[in-house]
Amino acid sequence: MKLLRWFIGLILIALIIAVNLKYEFSPLMRMVNFLIPSCILCLWRIYKGPTPADRVVAIDILGILVIGFCGVLTVFTDKIFFIEIAIAWALQSFIATIALAKYLEGKKFDD
Amino acid sequence: MMIDLIGYIFIGIGITFDFIGCLGLVRLPDLYNRLHASIKCVTFGTCGIMLGVFVIHGFTDVGIKAIFCALFLLLTAPVSAHAISRAAHLSGVKPWEKSVCDHYEKDK
Repeated sequence: MKLLRWFIGLILIALIIAVNLKYEFSPLMRMVNFLIPSCILCLWRIYKGPTPADRVVAIDILGILVIGFCGVLTVFTDKIFFIEIAIAWALQSFIATIALAKYLEGKKFDD
Repeated sequence: MMIDLIGYIFIGIGITFDFIGCLGLVRLPDLYNRLHASIKCVTFGTCGIMLGVFVIHGFTDVGIKAIFCALFLLLTAPVSAHAISRAAHLSGVKPWEKSVCDHYEKDK
């Protein structure tokens, strides 16, 4: 069972790299082809995570990936306002993470 | 054109780090291991992308905003990681059974 999961993961990574090598993409699409599977992996951890803390970590990393997405869009399109979205998202993500961490910590005081 | 190539190389390295960090987020066995793997997404992945934006655009408004965003991420990501791990430890998340040491449990 464990070996089967290893094989599925390796085949998926090889599929992403093979699709990138075989077909002609624009540079933006080549970057997005690696960023979208990362977001899907984060969503899998949010769905599966055994403890609430795992979900908090995955939400934090999803926000960080969106910031990277905004940086990539700034370079490969002509719209320069994406970088301001990135700065605002970084501020908001930090405050949200600190608030969720405080919420997790406060669960101890109930018992 | 050389400057653009250097910027694209920075962005490629950053996206590779993002992908590997998310792979670690799914694959590793424990909350603390997952946190350790996934904060690499921030400190080299997204900061690498922002550094690439800075290299491509130079000292224009976009480049300055990108370098400020990278600086802010570099300052706040370790703080938030420390807050999450401390809160998880206080709320009773146990480490993996093959973990070697847990000094915070001893010090409490």
